[in-house]
Amino acid sequence: MGKKVAKEVSIAIADAVKLARAEVIAAYPITPQTHIVEHLSELVANGELDAEYITVESEHSAISASLGAVATGARTFTSTSSQGLALMHEILFIAPALRLPVVMVVANRALSAPISIWNDHSDIMAQRDIGWIQLWAENGQEAVDLVIQAFRIAEDRNVMFPTIVNIDGFTLSHVIEPVILPEQEEVDAFLPPFRPKYKLDPRKPLTMGPVGVPEIYFEAKKAQDEAFKNSRKVILRVWKDWANRFGREYHPVETYRLEDAEIALLINGSLAETAMTAVDKMREQGKKVGLIRFRLWRPFPIQEFRKAVAGLKVLGVIDRALTPGGVGGPLGTEVRAALYNAARRPRVVNFIAGLGGRDITVEDFEEMADRAAFYMKKRPKEAYETIGVRES
Amino acid sequence: MIPELTKFKGFSVKNLPKEEPLAPGHRACQGCGEILALRMAMKALGTDVIVCNATGCMEIVTSPFPHTSWRVPWIHIAFENAAAVASGVEAALKVLKRHGRFPKNRHVDVVAVAGDGGTADIGLQALSGALERGHDFVYICLDNEAYMNTGVQRSSCTPFGAMTTTSPPGARSIGQMTWKKNVPQIAVAHGIPYVATASPAFFLDLMNKVKKAALVKGPAYVHIYAPCPTGWGTKGEDSIKLARLAVDTKIFPLYEVIEGKYYITRKITKPKPVEEYLKAQRRFRHLTPEIIEEIQRRVDAEYERLLKLAEL
Repeated sequence: MGKKVAKEVSIAIADAVKLARAEVIAAYPITPQTHIVEHLSELVANGELDAEYITVESEHSAISASLGAVATGARTFTSTSSQGLALMHEILFIAPALRLPVVMVVANRALSAPISIWNDHSDIMAQRDIGWIQLWAENGQEAVDLVIQAFRIAEDRNVMFPTIVNIDGFTLSHVIEPVILPEQEEVDAFLPPFRPKYKLDPRKPLTMGPVGVPEIYFEAKKAQDEAFKNSRKVILRVWKDWANRFGREYHPVETYRLEDAEIALLINGSLAETAMTAVDKMREQGKKVGLIRFRLWRPFPIQEFRKAVAGLKVLGVIDRALTPGGVGGPLGTEVRAALYNAARRPRVVNFIAGLGGRDITVEDFEEMADRAAFYMKKRPKEAYETIGVRES
Repeated sequence: MIPELTKFKGFSVKNLPKEEPLAPGHRACQGCGEILALRMAMKALGTDVIVCNATGCMEIVTSPFPHTSWRVPWIHIAFENAAAVASGVEAALKVLKRHGRFPKNRHVDVVAVAGDGGTADIGLQALSGALERGHDFVYICLDNEAYMNTGVQRSSCTPFGAMTTTSPPGARSIGQMTWKKNVPQIAVAHGIPYVATASPAFFLDLMNKVKKAALVKGPAYVHIYAPCPTGWGTKGEDSIKLARLAVDTKIFPLYEVIEGKYYITRKITKPKPVEEYLKAQRRFRHLTPEIIEEIQRRVDAEYERLLKLAEL
């Protein structure tokens, strides 16, 4: 078992990539992802990680080169944020369709304009339909664990899907936290070398990325969707194995003090830690409040989610992204859709908070829980409410 | 001189490789200059290759699932990123060899293939990045001088005066209003070891250049002229004739740039008038004698410039 050390989370993530023995890294610098790729460059430069680091000229080429590398059979990592993720958009759809299991850390950041380097989830929420497995980390330890797990999940022959680990830019990427980095032997025992069944190899030629005529396109997409949904079995198995080896448990839907709760807040990412403090405070006041966050966002864990919220009266969903002119934030809209046909479901109230680095305080969480309680008896008039915005 | 090149004896009609890495049975148009050039290029390269194909005619006609014309490993990701995908493939081969996960002594040529749009326009950034980083790969541009796959729209490689669906001649237009972008010169500016232009009309020269591009260590760029009967309004059986005429009129000069030094591989001492070339194609049918004269002056000046570069 590794020792607990204090490390900047970005550095710890780079160390996790090294422990996973990534063979190719293709990345383009963008704040707040930079510390991850800088440290990886160092590890490669000083020979601690025997990998090829491709200093591409754009994120579009970062993901394109990554796909070329993983198609050739090398374990491949990339990382980006915000505009960089948006620039990758076109290619992101192609990775899962060709079953190319690259692993990417997204240091979540707001999208322009106005240009903002600060944290929210608008970058990743614009990429919900790309067909990648998507995971969320709340703290540094989770980020380290998820990155190592992501390679095992993505590269499993029954999965073969690219995987994103989301970490909040700055609020998680740039903080120093106590983390346990597993020992190399432990990681090696958990994560076998990448040996894909199909790869670009002159000894066994194959054609990758052919034309999908109308007679075949739909079947190809359905097969992809079925395989994607089936990846959940492997994800659960990998987490079970991880818990057995390292003692840290991971679930598709993570809950906090939810057992007898009437009200719950739902938020993804690192601010769930602040939300926990708010829940503790409200619990002391006798309020039956709990907390939910998605660990697994794609494929959407509908069974676990419905089960988690079944006993609630109101669920306050906190979106950190806006869907202009829509019927709620991306998280709120999707959660409502997931519950619409559920036998038992709470009322759903949708809040938009913390855009472009705006802090969400303990008091903000309390306010949202109180607003949610208010809607226990009264239907909300608006599709969503914004929290923490100055009115003038 | 690069040692790998001095050792290379060259192809002749007596030692042409028998293998066809690009199989017949594809769906290219009759008389397609791209597929002819690509077939020759692949014969020169052999089977120890990985091909990264940009979206375009060659990608479409060779890979309609469940059929494929490729007897070698081949990948298509998107339009603008063939050079970036090739960068990843090359890096992966390097590290896999180091890790003993791919035979150390088996040399594999990584080849990116794209059209003029995928090279000169949308793919220029990825190409520049890959050339600058020094990956050991061959980039082949098959230049048919417009976006033919989407129905003959102009690219930055479309020649001055040419009619395309987005550069139509009209009351205020003579057709394409800009001069052809010189991509080989852009490649040369990256300081890479090998750049060449080639034509399917001179097939041994084309094969030798592609092979040399593969032999040199580091990035190599080969720009291949490829007649398109469909887009140019010419007869399929005239493609090779037209390709020869483009060289003989100095419109598409054949040369190599090895470590920055220019070599003209087919000197044109008795050039044919450009008019002969232009008149043979529907895309230039609307051109007036004045414009043809202007094109002639430009072609002469550019060829003079090339001759001077070769004297350096």
